[in-house]
Order: sequence, then structure tokens, then C-alpha cells
Amino acid sequence: MSAVERLSVFKTYKLYVGGKFPRSESGRVYEVTDKKGNWLANVPLSSRKDARDAVVAARKAFGGWSGATAYNRGQVLYRVAEMLEGRKEQFVREVAESEGLSKPKAAAVVDAAIDRWVWYAGWTDKIAQVVGGGNPVAGPFFNLSSPEPTGVVVVLAPQESSFLGLVSVIAPVIATGNTAIVVASERAPLPALSLGEVLATSDLPGGVVNVLSGRTAEIATPLAAHQDVNAIDLAGAGTDDGLAKELEIAAADNLKRVLRPQPVDGADWAATPGTERMTAFLETKTVWHPTGALGASGSSY
Amino acid sequence: MPTNAPSAAHALTDVTASDRTLRRFLHGLPGVDAVGLEARAASLGTRSIKTTAKAYAIDLAISMVDLTTLEGADTPGKVRALGAKAVRPDPTDRTAPPTAAVCVYPDMVPVAKEAVAGSTVKVASVATAFPAGRAPLSVKLADVREAVAAGADEIDMVIDRGAFLAGDYSKVYDEITAVKEACGTAARLKVIFETGELSTYDNIRRASWLGMLAGADFIKTSTGKVAVNATPANTLLMLEAVRDFRAQTGVQVGVKPAGGIRTSKDAIKFLVLVNETAGEDWLDNHWFRFGASSLLNDLLMQRQKLATGRYSGPDYVTVD
Repeated sequence: MSAVERLSVFKTYKLYVGGKFPRSESGRVYEVTDKKGNWLANVPLSSRKDARDAVVAARKAFGGWSGATAYNRGQVLYRVAEMLEGRKEQFVREVAESEGLSKPKAAAVVDAAIDRWVWYAGWTDKIAQVVGGGNPVAGPFFNLSSPEPTGVVVVLAPQESSFLGLVSVIAPVIATGNTAIVVASERAPLPALSLGEVLATSDLPGGVVNVLSGRTAEIATPLAAHQDVNAIDLAGAGTDDGLAKELEIAAADNLKRVLRPQPVDGADWAATPGTERMTAFLETKTVWHPTGALGASGSSY
Repeated sequence: MPTNAPSAAHALTDVTASDRTLRRFLHGLPGVDAVGLEARAASLGTRSIKTTAKAYAIDLAISMVDLTTLEGADTPGKVRALGAKAVRPDPTDRTAPPTAAVCVYPDMVPVAKEAVAGSTVKVASVATAFPAGRAPLSVKLADVREAVAAGADEIDMVIDRGAFLAGDYSKVYDEITAVKEACGTAARLKVIFETGELSTYDNIRRASWLGMLAGADFIKTSTGKVAVNATPANTLLMLEAVRDFRAQTGVQVGVKPAGGIRTSKDAIKFLVLVNETAGEDWLDNHWFRFGASSLLNDLLMQRQKLATGRYSGPDYVTVD
């Protein structure tokens, strides 16, 4: 009896929207190749309706996620790191293929990405102390500022750094309580779509992160104009000046917060980020509270 | 367009002569093919309605909404706000049509009447011990008379599901005719079957015919207070009933699905059902209504999307 060669089982890459893994509403897919042009997988080519569904899912998740305690959010983000650790091999392979890196270099990138989750997990209950606090005012008031999440944030993931760059733009957005719609790197979306599977098993409520793959320009345009989106991070629009400008104009219509594309090349994603990506999507709420009448002997406080 | 003649005038008079004839007629109605009905309703839900047809459908659906608030916590202020919204659903766009009616509890009719004064918006009132319908007939009739006297243009009554399920069709029939009489010529009568409590499609068909025989101007699926409300299948069944009733008697009866219709997509599916089943004559708010509250906001958001090309959000419609 001759040994039968086993047929390999290919993975169907799907979107991650509202905690579920749908195909594109349009039924379209496109081919993803490695740096040398070898076929890797077919992935969904999202339409504007997938984007619309993602906004609905993100809006629905916002109340619960922004209302969760910062400590709890930190635990969830740390859990993402734990889950990634167990699936490191898969991500090393996908990053190596997508970005044309050697295995050791790809492993270093994945390690850095896992550490990035831990880094932001630590920030969830500390950012408020850094950017908020008591303000000295000239009057009998307690004056307190506290940061609150902006809302639903669209994130255009970096085109080149398909995993470390991706994590570096998602984690700061959700760490502070926003919900995100992530448009994966157009050329290398596989790590992003696989990250969706990790997030689904990390206690992250469905809809907090929604991952779409496809043509960045096609998906980003309706999202930038969407009236129920509160902010947009243009990190992945950077290679195309025309697109970034067009998106900024569309975003201005309902006064979205816009984080302009920063000139970041591959190396910089590895550097320890500052708090800028978190503070870009925060609103400051300030409360004035009367201290009460000051008696003849001065404040009793 | 055929109008409502008194129920005594139509061809089925002898059916209602006695309890036995009524029962024989209702049980003689053909059984419903449940699988076929649901498949038909589902297949009609797959139509793609786009661009100008969608714009037409959205405006038509807005004009068919019975904007409803039926809560124990209703205040005059809330009813006034609802009335203002019915008259001008989208304050930023004067081309948006007004809704068909506002639907409130009887004690809120005067407030609603004042809020929609001078517009085409009608005031509908639920009555007859809504939503359970478990009250003596005299109480139910008093409820109806009060609402009509307060100026209600339409009365939404609930049938006695207990009597219907027990097979006491004459009691249900007599109650509907009594309420119809109490409405007089001042108010149109909508009869609510609470399809979610009737258990079978056969029962929904029987209830539809019973209601129409008793003189209903509208047959309505449900109160919106139970788990299962309007579905495409039970609405399709009722549309078939009004179509067949008109074919036999020449009397046209309206249909109102209520409860659970929340998105424009759903509403448009119902309009397709209407057009394909009952026909174009029913594509008018005199003959078809949506009992809904949150649906209107979704219709308005879709309308804004069509007008501007951008997706709208709940921040740009009124909260109610």
C-alpha cells in the first residue's frame, strides 16, 4: 500500500467584526502574496457596508468597554499578550512571510509586539494621573480634570509594519476605553486578521476591536465621512499624501479628532512609544465643585 | 379605490349569522403551509432596493409610521415631543414627510391632539384594556368612547385572545362589532390579534377573517408587549387575507405590523411584501402602517445617508 500524501488544510482568513468572524458582505476576496510574489492566502476585500457594520458594532461595544474599570481593561490587555505568547509561532511565520524577514528577525518583531501589549496594559490605570488631576484655581472650588475616551476610533494600520506597527496603533486606542475599527495593512493583512482570533479569546468584549481587510482607500473614505465615528488615526494613509488629505477633509465635517500620519519607518515602531497615541484620543472633562462657604477662620479643608 | 362599506352589506353576511356558521367558515379556511409561507416571506426579503427606489421606499415608510409611545411612564411632555417629531420628523430637512399618526394611551389623546393640531398627522389611541384585553366589555367600550370623545382619529383595540383560543369566536366577533359601533364614523378601528399569542398560522388566518368580518378597518399583528411581534411571515399571511377579503367582498382593509421593526431594511422588506401580495392599492398610509418608535430614527438616518452620501449617526436624530 502506497502512503497517501496528506492534503494540506488552508485557512480561510475572515474579518473580525462585533466579536464574530464574517466574510465580506460583498463576497469579494483578494490575493495576498509574500514579498517575492508567492501566493499566501485569499483575504476578504471589505466594502463600505462592512465598514458601516463595524461602526455599529464598535458603537454598541463602547458603553461597556469605556465603563469598565481601568484596572479591568489592563487585565484584558495583558491577557492579549498571554494569548499571543501561546501562538507566537504562527505570528512569526506570518510576519516573516509578509514582511520578507528572516525567522529570528520576525521573532524579535513578534516579541516586541507582545511586550507592547504589556506596556499599554500597565498604562490603562495610570494615564489618568498623568494627564488629569486637580487644578489650582482662584476661587473656592475643587477643580478636577479627568480624561475620558473619545469614542469610536478608526485606525488605519501602518502599511509596512504589519504586526508591531499594528499593535502599536490598536493598543493605545483601546487602553483608554475607546473602541476601534482597524483597517489592516493592504499588502500584508494576515497578521491583523490572525490578531482578531487572538482578541476573540482574550476576554476582550466583541466589538471593541473590529478588523477589516481590503483596499485602504476604499474602506477609509466612508469611515472618515461617517457621522458616528469620533476620531481617525491616519497612520496607514501615510504613503499617499492625496488620500491622507482627502480623509482629513472628510473627517472635518463632524469635527473628528484626527491623528495625522507620522513619518515612522520600520525601525521606529520598535522604540518605546510615548503617551501621544493615547492622549490623541482622549477628551478632558473638568469638574468644578464648590468647597462651601469659607468661614471667618478660612477654609475648613 | 374601494372604501369600507358597513359589514352587513358584504357577500359573507350569512357566515356571521350564528356561532355555528361562523365556526364552520373559520375552520373551513384553507390551512396555512407554514414552510411555504416562511420561505415566501424570506424570498421576498431578498429584493435589492437601491437609489431612487430606496429613496421612495424610505419616504413612503416614514409616512406610514404610527409613532408610538405606550409606556406607564409617558408624560404629557413626552407625548408633546413625540407629536412634534411626527409632524416634522427631521427638523434639518423640511422635505421629510410627516408620519401617519401618533399612537398613545387614551388619557394622552387630548395632549397628542393638541401637539399635532394643524397637520395631517392623526391621533391613534389604544383602548379596550390594552394590552391584555382582560376587562369586562362595558369597561372596554367606555375606554373606547372616552378616547373617541377626546378626539382620537383611530382606535387600536385588542381582541380577547382567551376567548379566541377557547374557540368562542362569537364572543370575539360581538366584541369587535360593539367596539366598531362605539367608534362610530369618527374613528377607524384597528384590531390587534397579538399574533405571538395565537400559536399557529392557521389561527392568525382565522383571526384575520374574523376581524374583517366584524368590520375592522385595519388588522394589526401585535401590541409590541410580548416576545414575538410582527414578523414578515405573519404579516404576509395577513396581507393575503386582506387581498382575498377584498376579492370576495369588495371591502378593502388595512394592515399594520407592529413591534420589532427597527431598521429601514426591515421596513423596506415589509413594503415589498405589501406590493407583491396585496398590491399597489395598499402602498399608502391609509391602508398600511408600521407600529414603531425606534424605526423612525433609522429611516431618518438612511434618508440623511442618501441625501449626503455619508453614513449618519444617532447623534443627528432626536432621542425619544
